[in-house]
Amino acid sequence: MDMVVELFEKNGLLVAFALVGAVMLFAGWLSKSLTRGRLQGSAIAILLGLVLSYVGGAATGGEDGLADLALFSGLGIMGGSMLRDFAIVATAYGVDLQEIRRAGLAGGLSVFLGVVVSFVVGAAVAVMFGYTDAESVTTIGAGAATYIVGPVTGTAVGASSEVIALSVAAGLVKAVVVMIGTPFMAKSIGLNNPKSAMVFGGMMGTTSGVAGGLAATDKRLVPYGAMTATFYTGVGCLLCPSVLYLAVRAVSGG
Amino acid sequence: MVLYGVAALAASLLAGKLVGDLLGAALGIDSNVGGVGFAMIMLILVTERLRKKGLFPPASEQGVLFWSAMYIPIVVAMASTQNVAGAVGSGPMAIVAGLAALAAGAALVPVLSRIGTPAEPLPPLDDAEKQVV
Repeated sequence: MDMVVELFEKNGLLVAFALVGAVMLFAGWLSKSLTRGRLQGSAIAILLGLVLSYVGGAATGGEDGLADLALFSGLGIMGGSMLRDFAIVATAYGVDLQEIRRAGLAGGLSVFLGVVVSFVVGAAVAVMFGYTDAESVTTIGAGAATYIVGPVTGTAVGASSEVIALSVAAGLVKAVVVMIGTPFMAKSIGLNNPKSAMVFGGMMGTTSGVAGGLAATDKRLVPYGAMTATFYTGVGCLLCPSVLYLAVRAVSGG
Repeated sequence: MVLYGVAALAASLLAGKLVGDLLGAALGIDSNVGGVGFAMIMLILVTERLRKKGLFPPASEQGVLFWSAMYIPIVVAMASTQNVAGAVGSGPMAIVAGLAALAAGAALVPVLSRIGTPAEPLPPLDDAEKQVV
């Protein structure tokens, strides 16, 4: 038994390939037998991945889901940002640049509007829950953009570490729900063409959420959504601690 | 050779990330701005050029297509390493803030999609394109 554990820990990436293969096989079977193919196997696989990550996080108290168990640490490499970005760029192979140019204006606008709308909504929720100082309200609003913008902004404006942790949590909730929810809302928001996928990526902004959500909806939309989402965190880090922070201070009078 | 495709992909991503880092530094923020997006555009432009000159044969293409096919498994691995326990146990405010931002953003997708020329829905997937899992 010890030998097996040691072997697995030494060959983490291979364990990850085999484990994800098993998860996808099981998800494909569930898709066929339980939903008669109505819910795509990939959507179920992502959902199972999130469940596994909850189990891993609850068992270890760590922050990296199942990868916190040494046995499955290879998942951290396979699902880390390096290979994720590598695969996202690969999906762009064969994409028609015309399509991207045609949606350029709507996609570009969506990034700015996405940051501002998320910020305003997040800040409003913070006020609803009793936060009144401009630093906390700004940081939580920034967290509602993505879980990277939150702490970057919080550090810049000098928010308390408790508020920064909350802003990360708000961004995490958004990322997880985008992953699960995208296939269900795709129809009602017209998410079936490259242009709306670019707008969707810009409005949501969370790269992991958009990457997972579009994979579960229609893999052909991935490059378009990822294209705009990749600008979102940068724009958020630019706007939240500056213009939007000043706006909050002007409104709150502090 | 398959590796040429993988190498083109890797070079595109590295170049794109460098541009994104430089853009972030120029804007004075500690973040990559659009690196993956620039990488995608580079990959599309470079491979199109090479293909027209006959320098990107099907074997090289396989090196890119393999990683494209690995996308969903990689996303499943990514899902299993998210801090879901942290998100679930974070209390009502974080959950409400995250959900509200998502709902407001989603509601605006159809509005913004109307800007410019209308887009045609993608054709339904045929059986060959469906990712068999």
